[in-house]
Amino acid sequence: MKRLLTLFLCLCTFAGFAAEPTETGEKGKAFNPGEVILHHVADSHEWHWFSTDNGNFVTYLPVFAYEPGRGLSTFSSEKIAEGKTYGNFKLEDEKLVTLDGGKVYDFSITKNVAALAMSSLLLVFIFASVAKSYNRRVGQAPSGLQSLLEPFVIFIRDEVGKKSIGPKYERYMPYLLTVFFFIWFNNLLGLTPGAANLSGNIAVTMALALITLLITLFSANKNYWGHIFAPPGVPWPLYIIMVPVELVGVLVKPFSLMIRLFANITAGHIIILSFISLIFIFRSTATGFIAVPFGLFISMLELLVAVLQAYIFTLLTAMYIGSAVEEHHHDEDHSHDNDFGTAEQRAGGSNLAHLAQPDVAAH
Amino acid sequence: MLLSLLLQVVNSVGLAVMGAGIGAGLAILGAGLGIGRIGGSAMEAIGRQPEASGKIQTAMLIVAALLEGATLFAIVVCLLIALNLK
Repeated sequence: MKRLLTLFLCLCTFAGFAAEPTETGEKGKAFNPGEVILHHVADSHEWHWFSTDNGNFVTYLPVFAYEPGRGLSTFSSEKIAEGKTYGNFKLEDEKLVTLDGGKVYDFSITKNVAALAMSSLLLVFIFASVAKSYNRRVGQAPSGLQSLLEPFVIFIRDEVGKKSIGPKYERYMPYLLTVFFFIWFNNLLGLTPGAANLSGNIAVTMALALITLLITLFSANKNYWGHIFAPPGVPWPLYIIMVPVELVGVLVKPFSLMIRLFANITAGHIIILSFISLIFIFRSTATGFIAVPFGLFISMLELLVAVLQAYIFTLLTAMYIGSAVEEHHHDEDHSHDNDFGTAEQRAGGSNLAHLAQPDVAAH
Repeated sequence: MLLSLLLQVVNSVGLAVMGAGIGAGLAILGAGLGIGRIGGSAMEAIGRQPEASGKIQTAMLIVAALLEGATLFAIVVCLLIALNLK
């Protein structure tokens, strides 16, 4: 029975992605893999589930267009689907433009916005119910969803929060946990058939990286800025190059967070879609015997990438926050280097403190 | 003869796209070498001290993800060129 289920789920990988491009209008139109792949990873004003011989199954999402001077227009994206124009608007390459060339601000609910709302609701629902069960079952062993999530929360608290941020970790735990589970859930949801590529949207990852940057800047203490504007151990003539480099470094670190997550997730989706497109390029079902196992393998890799990218984003965020709140504990005088007895007294020596005190009550 | 064939293909798609392709290949070359070295040192370290394998594995994954991040910068640039996105 379990084998049948496994086989069935493996075959689902085939059906989920391949159903769409079979009907793209007239028969005999050449299959353009680049266009199809881009359409799947990009945002869109409608939610395209799949197409069959009888038509497209699409959910048309609302368009909110604000033109300065003329106000807000609200309509269903069905009115501008497939190149139609409505009022002053039309879609050009998935972007909303006005016919008379005026400025328009697009506040529509696009596929990614809807997916963001749904996954946020899912996150809130799951974690609110887990929090409630912790309140109800005080002092008892965890059960159900609690047992599923507790190892991950403890892992982020101990290995990421405590180790990277040190004694002040509790203030930042909500953000670290949110970022970890948000990215992980959205990575996983993006792999399901018909899903929106949310964590592969550079605007979403930019928002996350921006929040990390703001938290780092606002919790930075004098030590942090001191290290940027006067790097220790550097002769003062070198400040001319070191200070700009350090300042750029402050911005580049969140930027790399943004690019890393976006590129990993989008590249993974593009690879899977390319394998499925192989079948349509060669127009033969026999290609399926090569494409589906490869696609399956890449999908398994994508599952690993989903959790790894979430963990890396969270870990790097914690490390940046940790370096911002770190207390000054390295002196030029190294005479106390082997003084292990005073390790706990040095603020921020959390790695040694973690080993010295047996954490019996932590479990 | 191979060169003329290559130039014929380039003529139809453009030098920029060929550059993007070569760039992507080079980026992956760098990533493969880097991650291979990281993995190799990690294996050696685990072999010398199996008790530290948890820490070594964690550190290896972190460094590999950082390296992959850098590679994906290059891939994103190549994609931008190839798909002619502004």
